[in-house]
Amino acid sequence: MSEGKIRVIVAKPGLDGHDRGAKVVARALRDAGMEVIYTGLRQTPEMIAEAALQEDADAVGLSILSGAHMALVPRVLELLKANGQGHVKVFIGGIIPDEDTAPLLEMGVAGIYGPGTLTDTIVNDIRKAVAGEKPA
Amino acid sequence: MNLAQSILEGSRLALARTLSLVENDQPEGQAVLSALFPYTGRAHLVGVTGAPGTGKSSLVNQLARHLRRTPDGDKPRRVAIVAVDPSSPFTGGAILGDRIRMRDLAGDPGVFIRSMATRGSLGGLAAATASVVQVFDAAGYEMVLIETVGAGQAEIEIARLAHTTLVVEAPGMGDDIQAIKAGILEIADVLVINKADYPGVENTERALRSMLELAHPVRRPSLADAPHEDDPDAPIWIPPILRTVATETTGIPELAAAIQRHRQHLESTGGWQQREHERLVAELHILLRESLLQRWMAEVGSAAYQQVLDSLLSRQISPRQAVQQLLAPDTGEKAR
Repeated sequence: MSEGKIRVIVAKPGLDGHDRGAKVVARALRDAGMEVIYTGLRQTPEMIAEAALQEDADAVGLSILSGAHMALVPRVLELLKANGQGHVKVFIGGIIPDEDTAPLLEMGVAGIYGPGTLTDTIVNDIRKAVAGEKPA
Repeated sequence: MNLAQSILEGSRLALARTLSLVENDQPEGQAVLSALFPYTGRAHLVGVTGAPGTGKSSLVNQLARHLRRTPDGDKPRRVAIVAVDPSSPFTGGAILGDRIRMRDLAGDPGVFIRSMATRGSLGGLAAATASVVQVFDAAGYEMVLIETVGAGQAEIEIARLAHTTLVVEAPGMGDDIQAIKAGILEIADVLVINKADYPGVENTERALRSMLELAHPVRRPSLADAPHEDDPDAPIWIPPILRTVATETTGIPELAAAIQRHRQHLESTGGWQQREHERLVAELHILLRESLLQRWMAEVGSAAYQQVLDSLLSRQISPRQAVQQLLAPDTGEKAR
């Protein structure tokens, strides 16, 4: 009971309503022993950052299929920093064109996962990223 | 950064961080709790429990919205929500989904929602919840809503934390025998039939009412001076039964009023102080037991302990005899 669990927000920003992928990932993270705060569809960046703050999250997973990632992701990163949560790792899943990968990683995204990614890969990446920064 | 000071100054980041520290029972969290303790004891703690699928999260969402719109005195009260969901007993992981139903509250700086997983033992959850609630209390939240999936001992433990406990039912969730089973309904201060637009609501209400009449035989038409559920100053509180449709906000103002009446009842009958007293004594005893055991384990040699444990495991002595041997004044000496 005394060990800290990894806490991850799983959210779908924007207007597309397909949350199957987000649910599969949420379940995989749960099965890996993490506490997943599932916030549901159509979240604004403000709602996601607020949830990350209140829940003292270690990581945020965003599922985006709408193509709006270049608008939504920088906003989430900005808000997290503004709230004093620059240490929170942000991961993206969904449909992200190759040419956007480099700029997103440049902005500070910790990982990007397209269709066909093994859930084990995501789990391991989150564990590693959080271990680097998680306060004792 | 001094966390306690930052919380008292209203820092939400410090508050969120401290909630993790106390939930994980870390020494730093314990220190902050001690620093905050003098500022606690002001919040009205309201437990919300009931079977899965009765609409607790939606109800909490609407209740919080209503409370935010109707000020208590001259300033709007701040509302904290502690939403507890189960952890997997196999992996220790959890999906905490109560926020999905609470999206109406996003963007309101006077509301703070924290999801908690049940994690390990029952006692551990109750202790962690108690600490989390104390932090919110010290941070100035006038009302703390504690939502738990209800069906067992853990909920009863958490209900003992709360000043007012709501038990949420829904039509079609079981027959009248379910309603008279001991336990969960007995802890109710207010009974809520949510989803009251569903068929079968009359049957559910009748079952609950007959259960209440069994539990409170004083409430008979022949007794002219029997306490009435609308009178907060009556010496005995009879849990009112309220119908709500949380998705349409039907019945929410009445529910908020019933919670307020229960608070008045506790204050006018001394029940408030009594609950505070019981809770603090229980917390003191749990902590005492823990630290006495730790201290004693450090003092008695592990050899003596192992020897008695072996006799116990081979069934030469009973657990009670084992305790007698271990607590005999010379045991510690023998070990050295």
